[in-house]
Amino acid sequence: MNPQMVMHEAEYHRITEVCDRLTREANARVVFLVDKNGQLIASSGSTQDIDTVSLASLTAGNIAATGGLARLIGEKEFSILFHEGERDNLHISIVGQRVILVVLFDARSSLGLVRLRVKKASEELNAIFEHLQRKAELPGGANTLFAEITDEDIDNLFKE
Amino acid sequence: MSFINYPLREITCKIVYYGPGLCGKTTNLQYIYAKTNPAARGNMISLATETERTLFFDFLPLGLGEIRGFKTRFHLYTVPGQVFYDASRKLILKGVDGVVFVADSQEDRLDANLESAENLRINLAEQGYDLDKIPYVIQYNKRDLPNIVPTEELSRLINYRKVPEFNAIAPTGVGVFDTLKAVAKQVLAEMKKGG
Repeated sequence: MNPQMVMHEAEYHRITEVCDRLTREANARVVFLVDKNGQLIASSGSTQDIDTVSLASLTAGNIAATGGLARLIGEKEFSILFHEGERDNLHISIVGQRVILVVLFDARSSLGLVRLRVKKASEELNAIFEHLQRKAELPGGANTLFAEITDEDIDNLFKE
Repeated sequence: MSFINYPLREITCKIVYYGPGLCGKTTNLQYIYAKTNPAARGNMISLATETERTLFFDFLPLGLGEIRGFKTRFHLYTVPGQVFYDASRKLILKGVDGVVFVADSQEDRLDANLESAENLRINLAEQGYDLDKIPYVIQYNKRDLPNIVPTEELSRLINYRKVPEFNAIAPTGVGVFDTLKAVAKQVLAEMKKGG
């Protein structure tokens, strides 16, 4: 059946640290990490005015659509997308073919700086996700939460 | 692909509404959006044409409450139903945990329903899923219109797997939440099996 992505405490903190550092070093407004199915994994910076759930879903849709375009012309994927606005810009890149790193930045930063910092952060993030993957593949490494959930727990969720 | 986030104590699953053009997939989501407490849902996104036909997808994030201290969130998506948007439909099925097939009950849409159901099978298989195994619910929509096919007949033609099925009138909400609950329940039960 469907593989699940499971995020654990230790990896989550490492990921958040990388995102926080990227936000600082790239002078970014916000940094998001999104999985390819549109679920937000982590965010950093001034996220309070942004609908992060919608942003995650649209980013994944965007990556999926451009990935489809890439394959149509014989490319594997477009690993970097850049959207330039009047004030704010979005730098979107794929990390290790599995997650999407989104950097929102304005005139206080530059595309060159963002690209430079993203490159380093991507390598670190990729290593963390590889570790997560290996952890999930260990016997008993998959999530144990659902083994403990009863049918009654599920029914209770749908009580009027 | 469901996502379990232990630090944030959240479980997120993806449900896709599938079906032929104009069968009422977007209307299902609009009704859910309108009738859900704003605290339990996010914004609804519709990527549609100027004539309000779905171009890429609709998206509605929904919280259903807690299981064992974990917030349970469902991301509801619709696909564009029109035949020529097949490439987009494939993309939206990626990582799906459960599917709702919305059938249009009108007689002249019978072929379109069958074609769309077959298209769903093919597109799921391309992503490595089996329509005979995935959490799946069927809704017979537009039961208030004249010239509709009897439910038994639709069921015989579309629901050979005997999954939960519901009559619906999406604009007034008849059957909408029953459909959603049935698929959400199956998704969670499937995760339990897998866990």
